[in-house]
Amino acid sequence: MKNKKQLFIFDPAYRGRTASFTLVIAAYVILQALRSSGNLSSLFASLLVPVTCYIVAAIGLNLNVSVSGELNLGQAGFMSVGAFTAVCVSGRLVAAVSAGIPRLIISILCGAVIAALFGFAIGVPVLKLQGDYLAIVTLAFGQIIKSLITNMYLGFDENGFQFSFVENKCSLAPGGKMLLNGPMGATGTQRIANFTAGTVLIIIALIIVYNLIYSKSGRAIMACRDNRIAAELTGIHIANTKMLSFVVSAGLAGAAGALYGLNYSTLVPNKFDFNTSILILVYVVLGGLGNMTGTIISTIVLVLLPELLRSLQDYRMLIYAIVLILIMLITNNEKVKTMTKSLRSRFAAGRGADKKEAA
Amino acid sequence: MADRKVILDIQGLGIDFGGLTAVNDLNMQVYEGEIAGLIGPNGAGKTTVFNMLTKVYQPTRGKIFFDGMDLEKKNVVDTTKAGIARTFQNIRLFSGLSVLDNVLTGYHNAITYSPVEAVLRLHSYRRQEREAREKALELLDIMELKDDAEVIAGNLPYGAQRRLEIARALATGPKLLLLDEPAAGMNPQETEELMKMIRFIRDHFEISVLLIEHDMKLVMGICERITVLNYGMMLSQGTPEQIQADPAVIKAYLGD
Repeated sequence: MKNKKQLFIFDPAYRGRTASFTLVIAAYVILQALRSSGNLSSLFASLLVPVTCYIVAAIGLNLNVSVSGELNLGQAGFMSVGAFTAVCVSGRLVAAVSAGIPRLIISILCGAVIAALFGFAIGVPVLKLQGDYLAIVTLAFGQIIKSLITNMYLGFDENGFQFSFVENKCSLAPGGKMLLNGPMGATGTQRIANFTAGTVLIIIALIIVYNLIYSKSGRAIMACRDNRIAAELTGIHIANTKMLSFVVSAGLAGAAGALYGLNYSTLVPNKFDFNTSILILVYVVLGGLGNMTGTIISTIVLVLLPELLRSLQDYRMLIYAIVLILIMLITNNEKVKTMTKSLRSRFAAGRGADKKEAA
Repeated sequence: MADRKVILDIQGLGIDFGGLTAVNDLNMQVYEGEIAGLIGPNGAGKTTVFNMLTKVYQPTRGKIFFDGMDLEKKNVVDTTKAGIARTFQNIRLFSGLSVLDNVLTGYHNAITYSPVEAVLRLHSYRRQEREAREKALELLDIMELKDDAEVIAGNLPYGAQRRLEIARALATGPKLLLLDEPAAGMNPQETEELMKMIRFIRDHFEISVLLIEHDMKLVMGICERITVLNYGMMLSQGTPEQIQADPAVIKAYLGD
């Protein structure tokens, strides 16, 4: 009995897990305390929800890029699908469900499910192929979604929904409302997202990703990444397995986008462009592939950095780039690596001693 | 031999790659509980035969019956589910996973909980995961890898990697184990231990083994029947004694 328990507890996976959850909860408590005591500048306060959105999208992308080993360059596209779905759902339900929290939950769920469906539709033809096809197709998908939403007009009145493409042909009865307004995007959205909801979403995303990784499915996903032929000969269906990680990643991006969309009264389709996809990829790569805690930290730093550098005006993106390069150089430095390694082994040695005492 | 059941029946098997005939008209059987050998000079088509048996390659001609089932319409995953497991000449481990996780991957089809059950950590997840871990540790114990359970597979020494591949193959619950040069790169002492291990596996799991090997000491030591391939054609078939005495085999190996 004792042996079984130990296997689960001392699994290296669970150490990373505890660190991630501790970080998220500690950050939440500290920031909430700062905010309620009025010590958080309005700029920072306004960044809280977007940061949580990017973290959720980055956690999803990390599953896709590092656990599954497939490059996905369309994470912003999935966020876009989630965001505009959620904004429309929330806009439609304003009268029916006036309370913010249930409407937020329904909208996020809808955003996640629709984004996951888009992920599935893209995955069917692409995931059977080997190589970089997924990167190319997801990149195109991000661009297509942006153009599509830029040209979509959706409104509703007492007679139901009206939809038109390219130009606005909706003639709404009085009391009707435009949900999507072409290049203007969604306007007049009720801002029902908040930091607590964002934190809960991060925790849910972490639970989903960690529990998935440390199960049969996670092993299968990593097996396909490490050795395709051996995985297949171990009885793993490769396309299905890759699909699972891709759909979960898209769904998480959809949920993140939904939360993002419901945090602003106006949302334009151009917000989720190729640059956003690349930014999310940078958060993942800089945080360390497969390292969820690292992803969270790097997202926070890289979202805040441009804002902190705002006083430098025109030079801020230059400084941002330099800092990015410096972080990469420093974290890859051999001396720094050996230092963290020795620190880790010291921790591990301590834990080993505990283990022996316990036994 | 006649009273034993045939587990693998290969009839007139052949494959062409473009204009090149890699294997042609191969007939051979493996019986239940037998250790059989497939030998031949380099390039004779031995690994190609394994690839056809596991449907990595689709044979051009001929039939494969495994445990009475025609494999013609089956894919790679089906052959594993049917009970064929294999190792590889150039080791193919999941090098980023721990030794234990490599073996657990072998239980992929035995574990039946869905991803949703895994995310919610339901009872079915915990029970099946615990059972699989117990079985995996047992296997690692047999393969003398238990102490390395948490080591990353890619960091294992060579011989241990070969043993881990066998452990992973056994985890899929095979009836027939295909070993592709299991002794490659091993010293004589390690080979000796490997021979004992293969015999033990056969008896303990009650499975058949078909192996490709260049180490004649191993082949002649444990195989009950041997098939010799040369240029994709069957050259000879028989007991180790018959094979060693066959002038055609000697000629193929040593030249005129």
